[in-house]
Amino acid sequence: MKWGKDLGYEMKPIYLDHNATTPVDPQVLDAMIPYMTEKFGNASSMHSFGREGKVALENSRATIAELLGAETSEIYFTSGGTEADNIALKGVARALKKKRSRVLYSAIEHSAIRQSALALIDEGFITEALPVTKEGYVTEKTLSDALDDNTSLVSIMHSNNEVGVIQDIPALVEVAHSRRTLFHTDAVQSMGKIPVNVDDLGVDLLTISAHKIYGPKGAGVVYARSGVMISPLVHGGSHEKGRRPGTENVAGAVGLAKALELVLARQESEYKRMIELSEKFIKKLRSRIENMSLNGPELVEGELTRVPSTVNLSFDGAEGEPIILSLDIESVAVSSGSACSSGAVEPSPVLLAMGSTPELAKSSIRFSMGKSTTVADIDRVGEILPDVISRIRKMSPQYAEAD
Amino acid sequence: MTDNNRKERVLVAMSGGIDSAVTLRLLHERGYQVIGAHMKLWDFSEVGGEAKKDGRCCTLESIEDCREVCDSIGAPFYVLNFVEQFRNTVIKNFVSEYRAGRTPNPCVLCNTEIKWEGFLKRALELGCDFIATGHYSQIMKNEDTGRYYIVKGTDHTRDQSYALWGLSQNALARTLMPLGSLKKSEVRQMAREYKIARPDRPESREICFVADDNYHRFLREWEAKRGRKFTSGEIVDEDGAKLGEHEGVEFYTLGQRRGLGISTRKPVYVKEIDPTGARIVVGDSASLMSKTAEVGLVNWIALDNPAEPFNAEVKIRYLSRPARAKVSPLPGSRARVEFDEPQRSITPGQSIVFYDDAIALGGGLIERLG
Repeated sequence: MKWGKDLGYEMKPIYLDHNATTPVDPQVLDAMIPYMTEKFGNASSMHSFGREGKVALENSRATIAELLGAETSEIYFTSGGTEADNIALKGVARALKKKRSRVLYSAIEHSAIRQSALALIDEGFITEALPVTKEGYVTEKTLSDALDDNTSLVSIMHSNNEVGVIQDIPALVEVAHSRRTLFHTDAVQSMGKIPVNVDDLGVDLLTISAHKIYGPKGAGVVYARSGVMISPLVHGGSHEKGRRPGTENVAGAVGLAKALELVLARQESEYKRMIELSEKFIKKLRSRIENMSLNGPELVEGELTRVPSTVNLSFDGAEGEPIILSLDIESVAVSSGSACSSGAVEPSPVLLAMGSTPELAKSSIRFSMGKSTTVADIDRVGEILPDVISRIRKMSPQYAEAD
Repeated sequence: MTDNNRKERVLVAMSGGIDSAVTLRLLHERGYQVIGAHMKLWDFSEVGGEAKKDGRCCTLESIEDCREVCDSIGAPFYVLNFVEQFRNTVIKNFVSEYRAGRTPNPCVLCNTEIKWEGFLKRALELGCDFIATGHYSQIMKNEDTGRYYIVKGTDHTRDQSYALWGLSQNALARTLMPLGSLKKSEVRQMAREYKIARPDRPESREICFVADDNYHRFLREWEAKRGRKFTSGEIVDEDGAKLGEHEGVEFYTLGQRRGLGISTRKPVYVKEIDPTGARIVVGDSASLMSKTAEVGLVNWIALDNPAEPFNAEVKIRYLSRPARAKVSPLPGSRARVEFDEPQRSITPGQSIVFYDDAIALGGGLIERLG
C-alpha cells in the first residue's frame, strides 16, 4: 500500500468487508479462463464453438442445482444478485398481476428488493414493508397478519447483509403458502456460511450471487421452482427460456458453479472458525470500549441466529463516517450502511427499521470476515479500534466532559 | 509555523479546482501526510436548479477531479457528508436573513460553521494535526502573545480574508493556507508542473447552492416547499409616497437600482428595507450614504478583545475598497464603526472586517446603520 509506505512502514491491509465483495478464488479463476479465451463460443450458436460453451453452461447449471437441492431446469443465470432480486420480485408480480396485485417484503431487505418494490408501486401494485423486531426478525405473526388473498409474493431475505440476522424461512414459508402466496428469499449472504437448500427452506424463488463467495462479479442465479410464472424484465432472445435473454455469460456461470463448490466444501469448518473469531472479536472490544452495542442477535449455540462472520456494532457518541475513514487510514477496510454514488455515508435503513435511533444508525460499523481473516487480523483491529473510538468521542459534546 | 515538521497529518479541503489541488501537492511535497477530502454540502435536487455543467462543487465531476489528484500521490481521498449541517445552519440562516430584510454572506457562515468547525472536528477525529485550504490568505502567529491572525494573501487581488473573519483562535491554530504567500500565476504554473490536468475554471463569486445565480428563485422554491408565502407591499419614496408595489421585501437589497419596476425622473435606489411594514423605501444616490455602522457578533483576530477605540481600514463588502474609520469596541462582542467619509449602502447582514494594512484585526456582522 502506498499509504503504508508513506507512513514509513509497510502495513498489511486487513479486509473486513467480505459482505461487500470477496476476491476471486484462484481455482475459480482457473476454471473460468478457458471460457474467456480459447473456449469463447456463444453458447447459443449451433457450431462446435457454441456447443463447447453450451456444455459448460449446462454443466454449471447442473452443479448449482445439485448444490441447492433444485432441478437443473429451475436455475436461471443472471448478471448478479441485484438482477436476480429484480426478476424475482418484478417478474413474478407482473406475471400474476391479473390475479393478485400485492407484494410484501421485509423492512430490512437489500435495496435491490426495496427499490424494486417502490418501482412496482408506479405500476399500480400495492407493496408493503413488513416490520422487524429489534433483533431484525420478521415474526410469523407479522407475516400472517399482513397477508391477504390479494398478495402474490412475499420476499424475505435469508440472512441480512448488514447485521447477519438469519430468518426462520421454513416457518415463514409455511405461513405464506397457507395463503397461496409465493415466497422469495435473497440468500446472497447465506451461501457458504449456513446451509441453503431450496427444499429444506421450502421457498419458491431464491437469489444467489457469485462475487460474495469468491466468484466473479457480474454473475448470479435466480432459482424459480418449476411452475412459477415469471415475466422477463428484458427482451431480446430466448436465452434462459426467455426469462432472462442475453448472450450467456459462460465464464461467469462456470465461475459461480466452481465458487459454490469450493465454499460449500469448507462451509462447516468455516462456520466453526467464524464463531470463534466473532466471539473473540466482540469480547475483546467489549472489554475495551464502553457503550458499544451489537446490532442484530447474539450467537446462540446450536441455533441459527446470526451469520457469525457478520459483526455489526454501534458506538454511542461516535459517528460511523470518521470511524470508517480512521480505520482506512490504518489500512483496515470496513463499512457502514449504504453508500451513495458520491461516497458519502448515510444512516442505514436496515438499522432504522430495527428501531435504532438515527444517531446510533449513523454510528454503526459492519465488520464482515471471510476465508482470509485470521486471529491476528481480529487482534489488530481490536487494538486500533478502541483508540479510534476514544479519539472520536473526545470530539463529541456528550463525551467531552467525561474526558 | 509548523511547516518544517515532518509527517504531521493534514486533511486538505478539496473543491475540485486547481487551488486546493495545488495545496494538496504542495503540502505533500513539504513532507506532510496528506489526506484529501471533499465536503458534500448540498444536493441540487433539493431546491430546483441543476448544478451547472462546468464542474461545480458537490458534483460527481468535481469529486472525480479531487480523487484523481489524490491518486496521483497515493493519498486517501474521502467525500465527507455535511449536507444536513449545511442545510440547518447556512441555508436556514440565508433564508431567515432575507426574511428579516438583511442581505446575508452565506460563504462567511459556511466558513465558520462548516469549513472550520465541522471539517476541523472531522479532521481531529481522523487523527489529523491540521486542516488545509486553498485560500489566498495567510495565517500568522504573534509569538509574544501566542495569538494567531489572518494576513491578506500576497496576491491582494485574490485575497479571501474578508470571508474568514469568523475563525476562532483554535481554528486558526490548526489551519494551513500554503497559497497565501503565492500569486495565482505561480499556482497556475505549479499546477502545470504537477500535471494537474483540469482547466482553470473561472472563479465563481456566486453562491454555490444557487447554481443559476438567481436567489429569488431559490427563496421562492425553498419557502414554497415549506408552505410559506411572501408578503407583497408598497415601494415608497423618502416622504412615504407610493411609487409602486413589490412581491416581498426579500427580493431587494440595499443600493439596488434595477428591477424596481417603477419609473422616476431621476434614478432611485433601495434605501431601506422594512420587513415589518412590508415596505421598500427608495431614494436618490445621495440618500444611500452613511457614516456609521453598528456591528454585532464581533470576532477579534489579531487584537485580543481591545478596550479602546482604534483607527482601521474597514471593508464592508467582498469587493469594496477598505475605507478609513474609527472602530469603538462595545461590550457583548459588539462595535461601532465611524467612517471618515460617508459610505454608500452600508448593508445590514453583510460582513465588516477591520484591517491594519494587510492584517485582519477582527470582523463582525453589520446590524444596522448608526
